[in-house]
Amino acid sequence: MQETTVALSDFVSTQVLDRWKGIKKVAREEYFTSGHRTCQGCESALVMKLMAKAAGPRSIILGATGCMYVANTTYYSTPWVVPWMHTQLGSSGSAATGTVAALRAMMRKGKMEEEPINVISFCGDGGGADMGLSAISAALQHTHYNLLIFMYDNESYANTDIQVSGSSPYGANSTFSPPGKVQRIMHRRWKKNTAAMLAAGHPDCKYVATVSAGNAIDTMNKVRRALTIGGPTFIHSLDPCPKGWDYDPKYSHEIGELAVETGIWPLYEVEEGKVKMYGKSKHIASGAFKRKPVREYLLRQGRFAHLAEEDIAYFQGKVDEMWEKWLVPGVIPFANA
Amino acid sequence: MNPPKTATAKKVNVAAARAPRGGSEELISGSEAVAHAVRLADVDVITAYPIRPYDTVMQYVSQLIADGEFDCEYIVAESEHSQFEIVKHASAVGARVFCGSSGVGWLYAFEALAVTAGLRLPMVAMVGNRALDDPGAFGVEHNDALAVRDLGWMLAWVATAQEALDTALIAYRVAEDKRVFLPCAISCDGAFLTHSQAIVNVPGQDMVDGFLPPYDRAEKQLHPDNPITIAPQANEDWVMEIRRQSDMAARRARDVIIEAYDDFNAQFGRGGEPFIERYMMEDAEVALVGMGTLAMPVKVAVRKMREQGKKVGFVRVRWFRPFPTIELQEALSGVQAVGVIDRDYSFGSSFFSGVLANDLRSALYPMVNRPGIVSFIAGLGGREVSTDNVIDITNKVLDAASGGDIDDQDTYWIGVRE
Ligand SMILES: Cc1ncc(C[n+]2csc(CCOP(=O)(O)OP(=O)(O)O)c2C)c(N)n1
Ligand code: SF4
Ligand SMILES: [Mg+2]
Repeated sequence: MQETTVALSDFVSTQVLDRWKGIKKVAREEYFTSGHRTCQGCESALVMKLMAKAAGPRSIILGATGCMYVANTTYYSTPWVVPWMHTQLGSSGSAATGTVAALRAMMRKGKMEEEPINVISFCGDGGGADMGLSAISAALQHTHYNLLIFMYDNESYANTDIQVSGSSPYGANSTFSPPGKVQRIMHRRWKKNTAAMLAAGHPDCKYVATVSAGNAIDTMNKVRRALTIGGPTFIHSLDPCPKGWDYDPKYSHEIGELAVETGIWPLYEVEEGKVKMYGKSKHIASGAFKRKPVREYLLRQGRFAHLAEEDIAYFQGKVDEMWEKWLVPGVIPFANA
Repeated sequence: MNPPKTATAKKVNVAAARAPRGGSEELISGSEAVAHAVRLADVDVITAYPIRPYDTVMQYVSQLIADGEFDCEYIVAESEHSQFEIVKHASAVGARVFCGSSGVGWLYAFEALAVTAGLRLPMVAMVGNRALDDPGAFGVEHNDALAVRDLGWMLAWVATAQEALDTALIAYRVAEDKRVFLPCAISCDGAFLTHSQAIVNVPGQDMVDGFLPPYDRAEKQLHPDNPITIAPQANEDWVMEIRRQSDMAARRARDVIIEAYDDFNAQFGRGGEPFIERYMMEDAEVALVGMGTLAMPVKVAVRKMREQGKKVGFVRVRWFRPFPTIELQEALSGVQAVGVIDRDYSFGSSFFSGVLANDLRSALYPMVNRPGIVSFIAGLGGREVSTDNVIDITNKVLDAASGGDIDDQDTYWIGVRE
């Protein structure tokens, strides 16, 4: 592993984490191991493992309240091999900022040995895209702070018993949005476009990506890219959640792949202001791959079981619009007037 | 696991406090005095967010940084919640931190304030005391800082700019002592202290270095060389033991504070008695008790009453947490009646008193000859407490002492339009 030596005065150097070309090149060491208590088939737990593996041992990981804290980090049976600290539900941005600020100040003043240390702060969709949005936005403005905000999106406030969040898909059944005798659809908000919103709103942020753990190598390489490029970065992962989405746990990967293939979850990275689609999304964008109908995805999950044909048609229409009318298909809305 | 015995009222060597030594004399406000303390403490991470009146301290801090007089990571956060979360996390990595707020800003950070104490993370914060909205008011009330009184925060109230500077240095030493590891807030009355100038002795760096050791988080530091997990989910299995540890730390804080004042008095030639200030208490028959800049009109009034032959004294509470139970019992043991002046309220509480009066009552309860306690609410929202107000208060206390109409189980609002 080669290391860069940029002066510490302003920009602290990052670890250079090479891209892993294929499964055989992936490090064997795990930094998120046994000890957690997540549901069977929990994609987010796998994502934590990939994230920690990609970052390596010289890392500090901070985690906001949510399943990946409550179900993941029990006193006396921590799964974390790297230093780990809880942060409040809306504080993933602040946790990263404070940790990096301390490292910078102490290294600059000679109170700590100088060394590039990865700082990753993760949050769920509720903690990140709802409550913690302002703190994440602020963190992404500190362009001389090397930090990665990693948002695992299981599309609900899962840990508190599956309630809708601003990232839940239209119509989803949750304990706060149950279909009833009079109202079939209780959740009418369209899912937030969080990654692109943050990329567009923070043009100095050098790296934003969306990932799906169905493609584990890509997911790890995005983490490694974000940590290497430095400055504040953001990764948004769509994580199927068997409990909240209501499907057999063995299908987590398959459902995640369907989200991509239907065009509901576009995979892209924005590096230094340039958008690049990857995986199946790249072929959707180029026309080489024909999007599957959203019903193939929706009808696999109990949370959409109450949807009527007209709801599915509405859903399909919104996804079509995203690929056919958006300024940057799958990423940035608006059309030129 | 027995708690340490509550320390006895160990006397600090105040005699060692003579003329100030070293440093320079400056005409500065309370906020600027705290900014100097922060610079002298070589703080590593500071976060700011605007709200009057505390924010003046950050104006001075940012200027010191801009002028190259002081090196730290200085972050203007996007809310008080983030402001306090950022320094909380910096403290976990081992950085010395400073933060502050006022009024509703302090309450906006409440979640962060709770977890900072819960995690036993040292932090020094300045509260520029301010009335809580609504209705909007910039002036002083103590309810903001008092809101955290049950959470493990140590709370000091200061009366002068000099005391603000000195207490900030003492606060770092106490908060970062591994026997304590608790956050500490220094309350400065809005406007009356934050914005009022006085001559302050600003000590030299070598003096401060001799008094304040570096912050060492040791085996609790979050760092790849020490891969610990901080604040996992504990639940009923362990939460009670963890709370007990905080309780023990809060108990131990007493002795650590006394040690710190001992050293401060010896090294700086000032500092005074920890926990409380006694004013004309030697032969006092009735006493007033209060916190913060209230001391000014109260001391003037006490002198005036003394001229009229009335044996009145004053006890200023300097530390509200840990509460100076022993010192107050001792200081008030000889008086016939006590008048507590609260610059705060506790609606619906026993006798409808203020927070200080309620705590004082429970502290004095075990005394055999406990004095009557008359409770007063005054100076809310920054309203001036005049010397005449204090004389009025004292006359009521004297009346209660001589068995008059004034009821020592009642609370009187002073200087209010009814
Ligand atoms: C300030 C605050 N409000 C509410 C909660 C209760 N709470 C705990 S976990 C959680 C769910 C968080 O959802 P998300 O961030 O999406 O993570 P997930 O549980 O889905 O993994 C909530 C609401 C809390 N811990 N803190
Ligand atoms: S509820 Fe969902 S996110 Fe939470 S542990 Fe279970 S599968 Fe994972
Ligand atoms: Mg969630």
